[in-house]
Amino acid sequence: MSATSTVRSAASVAAGEAAAPIIELKGVSKRFSKKLDFAGKIAQKLGAPVKDETVHAVDGVDLVVRKGEVVGLVGESGCGKSTLGRMVAGIMPASAGEIFWHGKKLDTLTGAEARNAKLQTQMIFQDPYASLNPRMRVADIVGEAPLVHGLTRRGEWDAYVDNQMRRAGLDPAFKRRYPHQFSGGQRQRIGIARALAVQPEFIVCDEAVAALDVSIQAQILNLFMELRQELNLTYLFISHDLGVVEHLSDRVVIMYLGRVVEEAPAEEIFARANHPYTQALLAEVPRIEARKKSFAGIKGEIPSPLNPPSGCHFHPRCPHAFARCKLERPALREIAPGHKSACHLNDAA
Amino acid sequence: MSQTQMQTTSMAATAAAPTLEVRDLQTHFFTRAGVVKAVDGVSFTVGRGKVLGLVGESGSGKTVTGFSILGLVDAPGRIVGGDILFHGQNLAKLKEEEMRQLRGNRIAMIFQDPMMTLNPVLRVDTQMIETVLAHTKVSKEEARQRARDTLGMVGIPSPDERLKSYPHQFSGGMRQRVAIAIALLHRPELIVADEPTTALDVTIQAQILAEVQKLCAETGTAMIWITHDLSVVAGLADDIAVMYAGRVVERGAVSEVLDQPLHPYTHGLIGSVPSRNKRGEKLRQIPGMTPSLLSLPPGCAFRTRCPRAQEDCARDPALSELMPGRLARCFHPHLAAQGSAVRGAAAEGNPA
Ligand SMILES: Nc1ncnc2c1ncn2[C@@H]1O[C@H](COP(=O)(O)OP(=O)(O)OP(=O)(O)O)[C@@H](O)[C@H]1O
Ligand SMILES: Nc1ncnc2c1ncn2[C@@H]1O[C@H](COP(=O)(O)OP(=O)(O)O)[C@@H](O)[C@H]1O
Ligand code: SF4
Ligand code: SF4
Ligand SMILES: [Mg+2]
Ligand SMILES: [Mg+2]
Repeated sequence: MSATSTVRSAASVAAGEAAAPIIELKGVSKRFSKKLDFAGKIAQKLGAPVKDETVHAVDGVDLVVRKGEVVGLVGESGCGKSTLGRMVAGIMPASAGEIFWHGKKLDTLTGAEARNAKLQTQMIFQDPYASLNPRMRVADIVGEAPLVHGLTRRGEWDAYVDNQMRRAGLDPAFKRRYPHQFSGGQRQRIGIARALAVQPEFIVCDEAVAALDVSIQAQILNLFMELRQELNLTYLFISHDLGVVEHLSDRVVIMYLGRVVEEAPAEEIFARANHPYTQALLAEVPRIEARKKSFAGIKGEIPSPLNPPSGCHFHPRCPHAFARCKLERPALREIAPGHKSACHLNDAA
Repeated sequence: MSQTQMQTTSMAATAAAPTLEVRDLQTHFFTRAGVVKAVDGVSFTVGRGKVLGLVGESGSGKTVTGFSILGLVDAPGRIVGGDILFHGQNLAKLKEEEMRQLRGNRIAMIFQDPMMTLNPVLRVDTQMIETVLAHTKVSKEEARQRARDTLGMVGIPSPDERLKSYPHQFSGGMRQRVAIAIALLHRPELIVADEPTTALDVTIQAQILAEVQKLCAETGTAMIWITHDLSVVAGLADDIAVMYAGRVVERGAVSEVLDQPLHPYTHGLIGSVPSRNKRGEKLRQIPGMTPSLLSLPPGCAFRTRCPRAQEDCARDPALSELMPGRLARCFHPHLAAQGSAVRGAAAEGNPA
């Protein structure tokens, strides 16, 4: 197909005249409490100062995803990307804050509307194997939900499944096989076929190509881009691979320890990163163009989300930190059109 | 003579010779389904203080190559051919007891999963001190000092306190650094690192790469860095060896191979890296899939996916020097305009 030359045109939707938001998050948080283990409970009974610990996986996030755009979500392991993705996809409730789906509060939807919201948003996972039922044949993995939801009928079911498989680059001749009979790349295609079979408008991809070899990764990324064009899809693309994110995102959101620290159009963030964390991250990305570079590394460890630093979470590792950073959480503010950053340095000017 | 002195003299004597030379290594697995030729003709050299990047897609034989060097291949696998020359000594012919003396001492391995190295039920200090004492005659206090110094070297803050911890009390990146510190304890002359940073974050990966660079430069350690990430190799390695279906298909200096790949597989691999493509446009991709090692097509193994394949590719190409310092296993390599200076590979063995 001739999608390649026109893929970018969809991006103009995101860049210019604001398309309607599909999903909007306002001050969304997710807390997990880690219950004490047996030894902990005994210690507590004996008067030791231990209590159940709370992980602030996502901490007051605002986010808008508009129809037709690809939003890249980047951050270090454990910073809350998957948790945020699951809340956006409606498969995990938020602990605080509001999530709107087409302007309506997600948790107030009922009946047909709630079912529709669920179908319209699909998630594709990192480990295609763990997310596929090993005892189901590919045809049933792909075709079960569409049948249940009346998107196809018994008589047309076979043809429907064949079509979905073909669209994801799978030979329908394999439809009676089980997941373990496929390679990693093919399994990821099964996950894609299953997600698309219910005709969603919005896909949350959580590290969907991370486990794949470069050559297979290219095939799957191309498939994502073709399908975007063909079906007018919207993506939230979670990845720690900045090269991949740069290639296909219109807008990029950077997270650090549960919070969004920067957000901007892709070109802007790769050309003019504002937040010190984003700058450090970009400086460390290995690039095939760089030869015998000398690596440095951001000083210090990624802190534990159980016990995040006060004020700006990045302050113990930030080369520009000053007194205020320890005390006060910087707000995510617009510093240029469409470009937001959460850093106290932006107030100084 | 102390051990360090011994090492220094032996290194000085062979300064010009490479630390490691692998020649036509073949490691096969004799499974019920047939013979898996996981490594089937791998050759490369690594010099003192140099880093060789060993790349290839999953299943291409990188790990088995590393295991073969360390003598860690278990049944049903066996080294069936070739030489592994470590300072001229053939490791492929060594007895297990002799190999054990070298392993963890003059040759070390860093695994993708640090828990392959770390014992979950022992404190870090116990593990490190035991490792030191296994190969060197020093007091326990000296061993502890060595452990502390090495942890500091891999950028672990407050090593004293850390030594008293158990592995599960460390984050993933920290744990990998402890495993690396253990590999470094004896200042080995050769380290085989199998995707040690693949599971880590960019910033932690950069910290570890920085330590590795420093180590090779300062102690002359030769390093084989196994990965499928070409971008890491670009920044870290001096030379690169590209594997496909159990064989090295291309070898050379990193910058030359990445700038002008000769083998169509290397060419395709580099072309599919997102940053090598125009933003938002379709990525160049290698068609088809990795073939099963049990049913390789006869002749060049890349033939079914190769855009340059011709009839003569049904014969086996040999790894040949096509340009000075540039080796590839291909009859129709990607060559720049100059043409005449370079020829395709000679055929190896019998036609299919
Ligand atoms: N079900 C759960 N119970 C307790 N803690 C959890 C749970 N799920 C996630 N967490 C914690 O929440 C934090 C964020 O996790 P999340 O999976 O969202 O990270 P991530 O950014 O997707 O990381 P990665 O890049 O490793 O996938 C982590 O500290 C994690 O340990
Ligand atoms: N114990 C084993 N028994 C049979 N085959 C094996 C064994 N270990 C590895 N192999 C096969 O050897 C090939 C190369 O494996 P490996 O070296 O692990 O690949 P890489 O590290 O490049 O991903 C693969 O086809 C793999 O299935
Ligand atoms: S707010 Fe302070 S600590 Fe945080 S990124 Fe900005 S300068 Fe650094
Ligand atoms: S020998 Fe032939 S099939 Fe093999 S890589 Fe070269 S051109 Fe392609
Ligand atoms: Mg995740
Ligand atoms: Mg491996």
